[in-house]
Amino acid sequence: MTHIGAVALNTFREAVRDRVLYNLVFFALLMIGAAILVGQISIGIEQIVIVSLGLSAISFIGLLMAVFIGVGLVSKEMDKRTIYALLAKPVRRWEFLVGKFAGLIFTLVVNTAAMSAGLFLALAYVKHGLQSADAGVLVAVYFILLKLSIVVALALLFSCSTTSLLSILYCAGLYLAGSFVQQMRTLRTDLMGNATATFMRWLSYLLPNFENFSVTGPVAHGVAIPGSLILQNTLYAAVYCTVILAVAAAVFSRRNLK
Amino acid sequence: MRASESGPAIETENLTKEYPYGFLHLKKKTSLEGLTLRVETGEVFGFLGPNGAGKSTTIKLLMGLIFPTSGRARLLGKPTTDVAMHRHIGYLPEQPYFYDYLTAAEVLDYFAKFFDFTAQDRRERVQRMLKKVGLETAGKIQLRKYSKGMLQRVGLAQAILHDPPLVILDEPMSGLDPVGRREVRDIILELKRAGKTILFSTHILPDAEMLCDRVGVLVGGKLQGVGAPGDIVGIQAQGMEILFALTASQSGGAPLLAAATRIGDRYRLQVPDGEMYAALEQLREAGAKILSVSQIKPSLEEYFMHLVAADRAQATAIEVSGK
Repeated sequence: MTHIGAVALNTFREAVRDRVLYNLVFFALLMIGAAILVGQISIGIEQIVIVSLGLSAISFIGLLMAVFIGVGLVSKEMDKRTIYALLAKPVRRWEFLVGKFAGLIFTLVVNTAAMSAGLFLALAYVKHGLQSADAGVLVAVYFILLKLSIVVALALLFSCSTTSLLSILYCAGLYLAGSFVQQMRTLRTDLMGNATATFMRWLSYLLPNFENFSVTGPVAHGVAIPGSLILQNTLYAAVYCTVILAVAAAVFSRRNLK
Repeated sequence: MRASESGPAIETENLTKEYPYGFLHLKKKTSLEGLTLRVETGEVFGFLGPNGAGKSTTIKLLMGLIFPTSGRARLLGKPTTDVAMHRHIGYLPEQPYFYDYLTAAEVLDYFAKFFDFTAQDRRERVQRMLKKVGLETAGKIQLRKYSKGMLQRVGLAQAILHDPPLVILDEPMSGLDPVGRREVRDIILELKRAGKTILFSTHILPDAEMLCDRVGVLVGGKLQGVGAPGDIVGIQAQGMEILFALTASQSGGAPLLAAATRIGDRYRLQVPDGEMYAALEQLREAGAKILSVSQIKPSLEEYFMHLVAADRAQATAIEVSGK
């Protein structure tokens, strides 16, 4: 655990020193602007607008960070040859990978927590205070983090095996496909044939189901998220990340670091 | 501290590394071919060879950074796949590069965390290492502002931070000015005095002659010779060298003088072994004052160049016959 923690801390420190968290300034400006604008033009839908805008921005910025930093987690270390000295220490390759994963997740948690604080401030400004029902926003933020953890795991897997550009393309493709898995499962056989529909249905179970994590609409309207969905999504993300990281470790363990 | 108290520090057996290339990876380039080598505990072993000879490939194989196509290697009695064994090994990569957003002290502290030292111990070791490599005052500057030579020193510091019994250095003198090279040489000698086993690769031959108990010459991925620097070149001793002096009135007397090379007020003459006594007699008759007689041993550099030339000639012959 010490080794994983050391790699994770260094990954976080890299993100901070590379000024990755500067995006928070952009988010803060967005929230302040939105809160002032919404306060002037909307009547009774302040919560819907602020929560929808805030959660979408948190998700989008988090996604950009997860993909663009994630694809470089391993490939950057190999390109810059910083990995040689590190793997010559008594650290296993899977420990390095898990440490990298944990470091980026920690960076995303800090980033998301700061943005969430900004969202709550904007919400408090337009509603002149917060209510207990607003806690649902926290659940939505938690789901965004679960979604981002799967994206980071996928980015890390691609980072172990291919170039950064291809990794970005693969991640984007999987994210888009994973956002439409329900549609893939309900394709009409009369439109595309039985075999294709069956293949698409099977494929939909292999793809990460990002639709499960999208609760912005209900939360914006103040609808409570059931505990069973929280548990289901938590387990789903944990299992999916574990499997992807195990595959990444298997790929990376035999990789020649030329 | 040793992982295995008996046996050689490094042992390889028919170690071979091939890299596939081409569109379908059907062709193979052999970077290292059947390397069998033993480095004994406590010795300084120099790995010599031109660029592309397979030195770094061998070192990366030893460190488990790449995997052999065939053959095996053991460090301190353990297979190279045993990561725990890295606790007893220090490694300096070729042209080292570290996290440029960290300071030298932070990089060393980061690497020290993989050795279960206490925070206090880590701090002390880091300061000691920075002092040893002459970076005491630059320890708090981010590495992005370091020169190549300074990065090399950081690399050396991280390699010996945990006081390993086996140190593997890939081109440790690369990028260093004469002062830096001298400092690295001193560190290597200090490690040797402390009983460490050191394997380092280099193409700076005087350094190898000065530091190594034994050297191995790698050319074209094949080990061409192993031995003490003096012995390995002695195999091809090439005659005798006579150093003598003449007064102005004596010069031009003996026929041999035409073959001698004048160096200031002295002359140097090289003759085959069997002609030495006859040459000395002629010089004495010409009134020359014999200053010294010594065996001509080619330098490590000459031996090295001879091997490289032979390898290139062989490669050209194969290419021609292939056509």
